[in-house]
Amino acid sequence: MSNIKYILGHFEDPDDLMHGIGKLQENKVSIYDVYTPMPIHGIEDKLGIKRSRLGKVAFCFGLTGTITAITMITYMLVIDWPMNIGGKPNFAFPDFVPIMFELTVLFSAFGMVGTYFFVNHLAPGRAPRVMDLRATNDRFVIAIDAKDNAEHDKIDNILKEAGAVEVKHNERKYVSYE
Amino acid sequence: MSSHHESILREPLVTGENITYSKVTEDILVPVENKPNKAWWIGFIVSAMGAGLWIFSVSWTFWFGIGEWGLNKTVGWAWDITGFVWWVGIGHAGTLISAVLLLFRQNWRNSINRSAEAMTIFAVICAASYIISHMGRPWLFHWALPLPNQYGSLWVNFNSPLVWDVFAISTYFSVSLVFWYTGLLPDIATIRDRAIGTRRRVYSILSFGWNGSVKTWQRFELVSLILAGVSTPLVLSVHTIVSMDFATSVIPGWHTTIFPPYFVAGAIFSGFAMVQTLLLVTRKVMNFENYITMFHIESMNKIIILTGSIVGVAYLTELFIAWYSGVEYEQYAFLNRVSGPYAWAYWIMMTCNVISPQLFWFKKIRTSIALSWLLSIVVNIGMWFERFVIIVTSLHRDYLPSSWVMFYPSWVDVGIFIGSIGLFFTLFLLFLRFLPAIAMAEVKLLLKSSSDQAKQKLIADKAVDKGQADYYLESLEKYDSVSPRVGQ
Repeated sequence: MSNIKYILGHFEDPDDLMHGIGKLQENKVSIYDVYTPMPIHGIEDKLGIKRSRLGKVAFCFGLTGTITAITMITYMLVIDWPMNIGGKPNFAFPDFVPIMFELTVLFSAFGMVGTYFFVNHLAPGRAPRVMDLRATNDRFVIAIDAKDNAEHDKIDNILKEAGAVEVKHNERKYVSYE
Repeated sequence: MSSHHESILREPLVTGENITYSKVTEDILVPVENKPNKAWWIGFIVSAMGAGLWIFSVSWTFWFGIGEWGLNKTVGWAWDITGFVWWVGIGHAGTLISAVLLLFRQNWRNSINRSAEAMTIFAVICAASYIISHMGRPWLFHWALPLPNQYGSLWVNFNSPLVWDVFAISTYFSVSLVFWYTGLLPDIATIRDRAIGTRRRVYSILSFGWNGSVKTWQRFELVSLILAGVSTPLVLSVHTIVSMDFATSVIPGWHTTIFPPYFVAGAIFSGFAMVQTLLLVTRKVMNFENYITMFHIESMNKIIILTGSIVGVAYLTELFIAWYSGVEYEQYAFLNRVSGPYAWAYWIMMTCNVISPQLFWFKKIRTSIALSWLLSIVVNIGMWFERFVIIVTSLHRDYLPSSWVMFYPSWVDVGIFIGSIGLFFTLFLLFLRFLPAIAMAEVKLLLKSSSDQAKQKLIADKAVDKGQADYYLESLEKYDSVSPRVGQ
């Protein structure tokens, strides 16, 4: 039993990377994750990742903002302290629209980004869970869990044949930051 | 997918030979990873002196009150609101570039969005500082917010456009900041993974632990798209509401329904001019010619012609409607603008905003870096005068001829204005020094589809029509960073 935890296949080109993923899948090798310096279009479908639900999150937060605004303004100007402003109605709906709109945008933007940070564990000071330092620069890295996939030599060969420029065997999951 | 090539007829968005993913990183991080050069220091010292003047003049205003400004009982708004609207207008291009151009899939935005968004944030900071200092008692600024208080609670008047403005500007600032910072995360992670020691620790905190996994990117792209979707109406609403500060009043010259679209067009116009002013210098000093190409400059100039023409039409419409309305006060307000004691300001505005951008119809001028830079400054001078004309000439001759006056700025007015420009440039130069000025991850996306080398390779492989290839090579002539290489 070796100490290898993860096998990393380094690619220099996104098309080679996609080819590599295809080859691994043909050979029934499960992929742990893929780290890239830029978004790769079409990779979600290939890895079978479901569509993100953040759009719905944004909508719900936006709606909360609209309701907050109309409730707040109505309470303040109509219920709590109605004032006679030039004899006009207290519930002057058209005048409330700009702030309803602004709060919709504010709530949906902050709610969605906050949710995004929460589900992806992004927070200031969080230790970066990086498997290879070049994955944020110029390498497209496929990570394979070595414990789940026993035939390491075979995986190495698949990766190299698919165009990997480097195959690494990591004994630690993440690059230490200290 | 990244391997799809775009039409050879389109101009390249990244020029230069042997551009690899790592070269993009290296090129863009030069100013961040090395000690700044002399040009940066000179710029920074001059700007910091300006920022010092700003601190002094604003503190003076806080201490002695707005009586230190040149305002009088007739002209109660002058350089403060002029400066505010000018800066907010400049702050519109960033979100426009990052949001509207993203929705329209204009890939050329990828290399200019980052610095334009940064510029937006700094411009809005300058604008907000005017708002705070024109309050007279800035320590009571929270009275503009609907907070419970000991007077009843006495709430703010939500029917007032000034209250809408408080919500609009603060939403705009905070949403732009979130948009900008989320986009920065992958690039900060790149700096982090290349740095050592304290730098790594600092950038590690700033990077929020970004690692570039599939799900991070997938959600990142969706978040960017939705933020663009909500920011597009937001950016239009902000200047609409700023214009309503005037348009919902009953002052002749302000009380016009044309204001919202006219202000929005003017804001985009001045914002793009400011992006042009900054980027033409940045690309030269930081050696970004391969990423901010002549195509980018030309595209921005085209937007300047479009919005400048809209502004021109709005000026003429205003004059026509003033005459056509038959309201003598409205007619006098415009007659006074055109031929009164402030006619010089009106005609500076007309020349700078309506005539000068029309020069960009000539391809020679549109693709000349020196002239584009010069005209971008002319546009912003014109846009400052537009706000001055709208505000001061509408006020200085009011309903009683006995109270007609002129406005003369005091040294505090001048100090705050020049100082705010210093503050803006100080912040921008600090941004260039510590954060990547071009979105690296987004430029990397273009490398395989839209770069010159990808297209040259297609030509060399004879994968494209000969006539189209010749057209492409010919179009490269105007670039300063590329010489046409006939497919060897």
